Amino acid sequence: MRSPKPLAFLKSILLYIVLLLFLLPFLLVILNTFKTTQQFVENPLSWPKQFNFDNYMKAIDDMDFMTGLLNSSIITISSVFIIIFFSSMTGYMFVRFKWKANSILFFAMLASMTLPFQALMIPLVLIYGELGLLNSQGSLLFMYLGFGVPFAVFTFHGFMKGVPLELEESAFIDGSSRLRTFFQIVVPLLKPVMVTLIVLDTLWIWNDYLLPSLILQSPSMRTLPLSNYGFFSTYSVDFSPLMAGLIMTIIPVLILYLVLQKQIIRGITEGALK
Amino acid sequence: MTNKKLLHNTGTFLIFGGPSIFAFFAVVLIPFLFGLYLTFTNWDVRSGDHTFLGLANYVEVFQDKTFLTQLWFTLKYVLFTVIIANVAAFFLAFALTSGFKGQQLLRTGFFTPNLIGGLVLGYLWQLLFSQVLPYLGKKYGWALFETSWLTDTNKAFWALVIVSAWQLIGYLMIIYISGLMSVPVDVIEAAGIDGANGFDKIRKIILPLTAPAIVICIFISISRSFLTYDLNLALTKGGPFNSTELSSYHVVQKAFLSNEYGVGQSEAVVLFVVVAVIALTQAYFLKKLEVEA
Repeated sequence: MRSPKPLAFLKSILLYIVLLLFLLPFLLVILNTFKTTQQFVENPLSWPKQFNFDNYMKAIDDMDFMTGLLNSSIITISSVFIIIFFSSMTGYMFVRFKWKANSILFFAMLASMTLPFQALMIPLVLIYGELGLLNSQGSLLFMYLGFGVPFAVFTFHGFMKGVPLELEESAFIDGSSRLRTFFQIVVPLLKPVMVTLIVLDTLWIWNDYLLPSLILQSPSMRTLPLSNYGFFSTYSVDFSPLMAGLIMTIIPVLILYLVLQKQIIRGITEGALK
Repeated sequence: MTNKKLLHNTGTFLIFGGPSIFAFFAVVLIPFLFGLYLTFTNWDVRSGDHTFLGLANYVEVFQDKTFLTQLWFTLKYVLFTVIIANVAAFFLAFALTSGFKGQQLLRTGFFTPNLIGGLVLGYLWQLLFSQVLPYLGKKYGWALFETSWLTDTNKAFWALVIVSAWQLIGYLMIIYISGLMSVPVDVIEAAGIDGANGFDKIRKIILPLTAPAIVICIFISISRSFLTYDLNLALTKGGPFNSTELSSYHVVQKAFLSNEYGVGQSEAVVLFVVVAVIALTQAYFLKKLEVEA
């Protein structure tokens, strides 16, 4: 499949041009965050006269960026952690114990993955509203656990089927309990799946808008997508700070991507092909 | 003895499965069943009063012209998005598996839009469609861009398709790449020796051998684009005049603006059934095309 050299060179140049066009929307917006709104409206394509960060400062203040960043980080990190912690244990149980309840539960989880969020949204708001559990970060974490469990259990289940029993058996003979065996022997073997799940769940929870918008009502609890929404609907004519706000929301995931890109790409592939 | 074993097993079950299974029940299973129950009632938001109605809500959903128009609009949107995104992703993946320096960097770059949530992407593109493109259109006299695409029903449809496809391409490309890399090189070379040209190779060998990736990609793109909400909210807010409300956006609007949870929930259930039927049917038929290398 290897093409001859000059042709391959031409092809790669062409592909770089396509990539540049593909990413042009981002580049244009970044460039315009350094201009005033008036300069942007007059000529969105011009090079900025100087690179000042006034728009970023304004966006940080007006959309309460730090609160959003803090909330988003707390919610994303803790949800991802509890999803992985509890799902790995459940996945292990489903693989190692052939109880009837296990196969029924596993099937229920598998089937639930086809359910769109929209089909659960009204009952969730009704039930949790009735129980007085809306407008709390704890409820949001609990919901991310519930929604995240099926896919995570399924992924762990698939991986653990390939883990040999012998290691665990020798630990049992040495008198190790089930729980201790799991954490000392099985968990270290699960690293690759965990990275995959960390990546996929982080992208999902960090970017989620609809669920937090239904659960979190007070401004002090807002995650970044909620701050973006509030900012945009309030200041929809002051374009430059708006663009700066959008770019700042992107930066944390972009950094994560640059650090973890190989694992992210592998994670997507494995997540999809499972 | 058996009692002790039962106790032990229950203990193991509660420790290993307890928290996650409890959350799954409390967040997914019970709300789903309760939601189904809601569709047979006339639940009122404010009072919580309700009586059993039978299938009346579903009848109302299927008689609702707006819902059906929007479902049709959504089907068109899904069709174009799925075709454009998959064709582009396949060819990109094809170009990025031929082995040259920098292909890793290119893959990374094309994936970037997937890191960003629909809401932020929607706002980003909203600024492009409402500010940048009209500027270009006026400056160079391109009639196509002179007014914002988002204020014209037809063009707003294409704006939605373009942005959705643009975002999906990188994700699908990654899956196609792994599909293409599993096609054995010697099979393709053998075909070349037997006189197959480039087009034949793609049609007769590469496509059938990458069928599993194609099935997954089409499945993912169908279910993702059917459930587009954030992008729709940020890009057009359903406008102009509700003409670009996709079904899943409409379902959310309806659910929390109208007073009847029963009808809203029935619409959500109908949407779920439509997505499931379409996505599973295509997977069933495409799976039949799969071959072993």
